[in-house]
Amino acid sequence: MGKILDQFNHIKQQLLQKREQYLAGSKTVIQIGSATCENAAGAQQVRAEFEKLLKASGRKDIHIKQVGCTGRCSQEPIVGVFVPDKFPFKYERVTVPKVQEIFQQHVLQGQPVVDLILDKKTSNLYNRLVTFSSLSTATTELPTKWENIFNERLKTRGVAEGSVRSFHGGCLGLYSAGEEGGRVGMLVFPEKVMYAFSTEKELDKIISSHFIEGKVYKPLLADIDPLINRFFSLYGDVAFFNKQTRLTLRNSGIIDPESLADYIANDGFEALALVLEKNDPQAIIDEISKSGLRGRGGGGYPTGRKWNDAITSSDPVRFVICNADEGDPGAFMDRSTLEGDPYSIIHGMAIGALAIGAQKGYLYVRAEYPLAIKRLENAIEQCCQVNLLGENILGSGYNFDLEIRLGAGAFVCGEETALMYSIEGKRGQPRLRPPYPTQSGLWGHPTVINNVETWANVPVIVRHGADWFARIGTEKSKGTKVFALAGKIKNSGLVEVPMGTTLREIIYDIGGGVEAGRTLKAVQTGGPSGGCIPAGLIDTPVDYDSLTQVGSIMGSGGMIVLDDEDCMVATAKFFLEFTQDESCGKCVPCREGTLRMLEILERITAGHGTMEDLDKLERLGRLIKKTSLCGLGQTAPNPVLNALKYFREEFITHIQDKRCPTQKCSKLTRFEIDPEKCIGCTLCARRCPVTCIKGTARKPHEIDQARCIKCGECFNVCKFEAVLKK
Amino acid sequence: MTTKTEYTLHPDIVSFIETCLQKEHSESYLMDILHKIQDKYGYLSEEHMYEVAQRLQVPASTVSGVSTFYHFFRLQPRGKYAISVCMGTACFVKGADKVLNAFQTELGIGLGETTKDGMFSLENTRCLGVCGLAPVVTINEQVYSRVTLQQVSELINRILNKDVEKTT
Repeated sequence: MGKILDQFNHIKQQLLQKREQYLAGSKTVIQIGSATCENAAGAQQVRAEFEKLLKASGRKDIHIKQVGCTGRCSQEPIVGVFVPDKFPFKYERVTVPKVQEIFQQHVLQGQPVVDLILDKKTSNLYNRLVTFSSLSTATTELPTKWENIFNERLKTRGVAEGSVRSFHGGCLGLYSAGEEGGRVGMLVFPEKVMYAFSTEKELDKIISSHFIEGKVYKPLLADIDPLINRFFSLYGDVAFFNKQTRLTLRNSGIIDPESLADYIANDGFEALALVLEKNDPQAIIDEISKSGLRGRGGGGYPTGRKWNDAITSSDPVRFVICNADEGDPGAFMDRSTLEGDPYSIIHGMAIGALAIGAQKGYLYVRAEYPLAIKRLENAIEQCCQVNLLGENILGSGYNFDLEIRLGAGAFVCGEETALMYSIEGKRGQPRLRPPYPTQSGLWGHPTVINNVETWANVPVIVRHGADWFARIGTEKSKGTKVFALAGKIKNSGLVEVPMGTTLREIIYDIGGGVEAGRTLKAVQTGGPSGGCIPAGLIDTPVDYDSLTQVGSIMGSGGMIVLDDEDCMVATAKFFLEFTQDESCGKCVPCREGTLRMLEILERITAGHGTMEDLDKLERLGRLIKKTSLCGLGQTAPNPVLNALKYFREEFITHIQDKRCPTQKCSKLTRFEIDPEKCIGCTLCARRCPVTCIKGTARKPHEIDQARCIKCGECFNVCKFEAVLKK
Repeated sequence: MTTKTEYTLHPDIVSFIETCLQKEHSESYLMDILHKIQDKYGYLSEEHMYEVAQRLQVPASTVSGVSTFYHFFRLQPRGKYAISVCMGTACFVKGADKVLNAFQTELGIGLGETTKDGMFSLENTRCLGVCGLAPVVTINEQVYSRVTLQQVSELINRILNKDVEKTT
């Protein structure tokens, strides 16, 4: 073993020892989410309550651990109670009163609180959980088929009904298509073992041994990758999670984001130690190129090529930058990664810096993310203390410093040239490219800018190899992509799936579909630079090229689900308002053009539009796309053009009938009270948030139209159908 | 206002500017300095911007240019309770525009304004990334999730009551 690896292992041992002392042999771990979203849902109060109860109990073998968010947003705060050899129980929407129950019943007495278990609204407690997953690229056929066979077999073999619960999950990405040899993966809880088999005979052997005799059947155990197993063994029993493949989010919900030791205990910084030991920068770039990794910020530029571009210059001063200016409204994957696993970003950047010969890096983070900033600061400081950052890292003679710079709420700063001006302390206005940042970047030096998710993938590729990574995904889009699934969806949250997964799988299999009684209308991807994909195209695979073909873009990963109550004209207008407001004003097409487009949309949503307006919108939109200076302007018309392409009828209804079919456009809606039907129950007047409904008890009421904000509350609460929506 | 005696920036910020001056590309720390001032005083006053220009040795026009370019920087004092309605896509889809309207009507102020008594100011914010709990409103640092229209007046009343408790 070389000198650098020795040094690394020495540091690792020290950190792990300290961690052991800290954990002091704790057996039970109470794990509590602690990201911005978890805190907004009350995680801090929940944690304080657990701490209070733990102290009162006097128990020393229980450890309370904070983790980042697992991405199951709508059920937060999530609390996990992990006892060795027992089910990894997770509880949803935990409140302070529920903490008492969980602590008394589960932590102290070992009886799980069934009603609160995450995503399992059932009073039945199973002995075992089984998840069938595809071993290669996404297919749900094989797992579903085997799940059915398995359940039949259990019955015929006389295994008590209701004692085993089965799921079928997504893909584990262990092999490329065909290489798995028709085998299917089968994960069994609470033993947390993975079988791989392909015949009914083999399945029978597993059932006999494992489900009847209670012994693990070793001959068919699969060699599951520890990276994937780590997440699966804690979360594989939850349908929302077991269809995901977590590479970028590999540590979110597993490690304490404020503990370097915890990161190191989970293979952290191994990849950096390895490349430092080898000391072959070109080999790193080649590996990244071979992996097929493409920029996750939206552009999809091959990362390896970008790094190669940067080393062609003779300028010895070079920089790496992490673009963490996640300005796309409706996207929160980067925040979650920064808050849940800041070390991976630092790790990736250190490797990238070594590859291109940069001695300094900048993390450009949104000022709106105070917790992410705090965690990054803490992580950088911890890394500096043990010489994983700074001068002469691990005795390699290589220096790398990392500095955080705060954005200040300018969406355009996600554009790379604007971002660099902002780091330089200037107004964040983009400039023409070329020269590209890899030639002339920060202060004129070659600079590589990658997004949070891209950086987070780097250590995985270096550690597990380009071939392994390239097995996941499609031919042209490798690896996974994280999406922030939100809007009118049952299970909102973070979803990481292999490229090539269809929208249908994401929305229905993972997201649980739209709320009962509603129908899916469209899926918005790519934020203000993307577009809405209509429900009819829901079988589109999610990769860079397929999304471009249907007129949207991958973007950074925002995915907003719209249902039949959403107005596409209003949605298009919403995005244009955003880009108009965020236009930096440097070039005319973007500054003036988007304003004119917005004016037209305002006319249409107010009922003053004409049919010519639609042609005008399209002409203007095309012009702005062609002539704008930077990506912001070049993509700003997309949401409008896309809406016109797929939902033209809705625009026409607004113009010709002066009606908004969804009643979203408030200028086209009006609420009135039918004096015949109103009995004067006063309910609407009491519920009106702006108290604009007048009337005395038992007499018909009246709405003051001048003050009405058209929220529709009166319409919703009236029990006599006396409020009319017009 | 060119004499040094009128300088009023807090000594911590002054010493931060001085450490910046020791570093390479000191002018690049301008935004960090402005963030610190806003954290301390709630907004960037003309006097403070002028003082930064002097101390950091950059043109006052640059400081003003940067302060006005970025949405996050406020040039007016905020109310004691700064209400901020998230206008991200998920919040919009879940009715944030109506929540904002309700705050405007309830407080009788427009977007970016402060009530006459200096108690409340109202602004909208870019996506806070709490999309799973939309619509989201923050009041000072506290985040409120799944805000309904009825809660608007409740929230304001609760704050007013608490404020009275504190001051009496």
